[in-house]
Amino acid sequence: MRELPTLPAMPAPEPTAEGYTRREALVMGLFALAAAATTTGCAVDRQAFDDFVAKHFKDLSPAELQDRLAQMEKRYTESYGKPVKVSATPAQEGVLFGYALDLSRCIGCRRCVYGCVEENNQSRDPQTHWITVLEMDKEDGVNLQNANAFYDHETVPAPGKFYMPVACQQCENPPCVKVCPVAATWKEPDGIVVIDYDWCIGCRCCISACPYGARRFNWGTPHIPKDEFNPVTEYLGNRPRQRGVVEKCSFCIQRVRKGLYPKCVEVCPVGARKFGNQLDPDSEIRYIIENKRVYILKEELNTQPKFFYYYGL
Amino acid sequence: MRMRPVRLMASGLFAASLLTTACRPVQEHGPRWGKAATAAKQADDTTKSTAKTPVKTVAAQFPVAPPPFSDGVFPCSECHGKTDVVNRTPHPVEFHEDIVLHHDEKNRWCLDCHDARNRDKLHLADGRLIDFTESYRLCGQCHGPTLRNWKAGEHGKRTGSWSGEKQYLLCASCHSPHSPGFKPLKPQPAPVRQEAIK
Repeated sequence: MRELPTLPAMPAPEPTAEGYTRREALVMGLFALAAAATTTGCAVDRQAFDDFVAKHFKDLSPAELQDRLAQMEKRYTESYGKPVKVSATPAQEGVLFGYALDLSRCIGCRRCVYGCVEENNQSRDPQTHWITVLEMDKEDGVNLQNANAFYDHETVPAPGKFYMPVACQQCENPPCVKVCPVAATWKEPDGIVVIDYDWCIGCRCCISACPYGARRFNWGTPHIPKDEFNPVTEYLGNRPRQRGVVEKCSFCIQRVRKGLYPKCVEVCPVGARKFGNQLDPDSEIRYIIENKRVYILKEELNTQPKFFYYYGL
Repeated sequence: MRMRPVRLMASGLFAASLLTTACRPVQEHGPRWGKAATAAKQADDTTKSTAKTPVKTVAAQFPVAPPPFSDGVFPCSECHGKTDVVNRTPHPVEFHEDIVLHHDEKNRWCLDCHDARNRDKLHLADGRLIDFTESYRLCGQCHGPTLRNWKAGEHGKRTGSWSGEKQYLLCASCHSPHSPGFKPLKPQPAPVRQEAIK
């Protein structure tokens, strides 16, 4: 084979007196110009600049990642008034997550919706919910055209109705990932589809590509009360989002990568939600897939979800 | 297309499971694989084994939350003495008027589950005494498939770790044994309609 010529080594960029490299300083100048052009009198702060020039999550070296995490922790700790932990826990080896939900048991109480909001630091105002609970007629079966997410009964389950909570299905063949023009969303080795909020440009192509309506856009600046903020966060999960980016269910990545059940599993009062490793033959998720009548939402689209609805009774 | 090892493995496993499921004759008793199968086997062993061989009991494998007693009712032997004369014919009881039996009440009554001689225990159909912490064995006598599913993790809620230690709940933690139907709940508020978000 022909030997490839080696490229001459590039000297490492030397930082300026203020701690910026030449390239950074140049980009900063451009950034300042752009900022001045759009909103007069807007000063460039280090934080906005760092976010703007931040590398893609996958391109960060271990040292850069540590820097970034430390930066974020400092910033969030200041804004939420309590020590915030931001981690970037890697996927566990030999794990492919799977989720199952028993349609015969769900009573539509929406405990999962609000448990998720608290765990994953979703905006309270404007309201963001990752889980939508659909109410449908038992006689009609799963008919999404006649589904109602805004039901408001004194008690649930209402007679003649059944409930189908829908969140991100964590597809093996995710359409949202295919359409993202900047690769800000991708599938991790353990099957979780994640988003780098700093890389997302807010074009919302993924929202229109998702057949499950699982993605949410931050139209306004998210607002979370300081005392309700969950300080255990993950880079690709429940760290605070900014206006103009997309977010969605991550199977509680900050919990499941440490071995815990997702929050919705823990708060469900009827035990309708099941979670585990699909590659572990002893897991409850495997028992369900092998023994129960499993239903895949919009199976015909070949998205291959890791979310299985089933009928336990 | 290049397949990743994990995907290859997953598809291989899936194909293998399909094959084995298709080839295996249907068995009626219990799960055929996994922890639950081992649990069922060990439970069998426990009943057969002598006192000399220590085998992990079902109770040790399914550490459950404490039984949901009403305040101040347990231990029952505080009121029920061992020497009490017991009328074993089903009859209305004067105490415990808060308990309304709505669980096959035409055919069953208190002493079908509660033991008359040792009030702090329950008894199985064959007369073996069990603790309230193992009441799922009593429930499983009639609700066998449900107990099987519970042991496999399909029925009932589990909390804790998907890969490690889990916390289980007794049947009675969600289903009152005297009236087991799950009670309706008040739902949390409906989401704000999109057009109402400013």
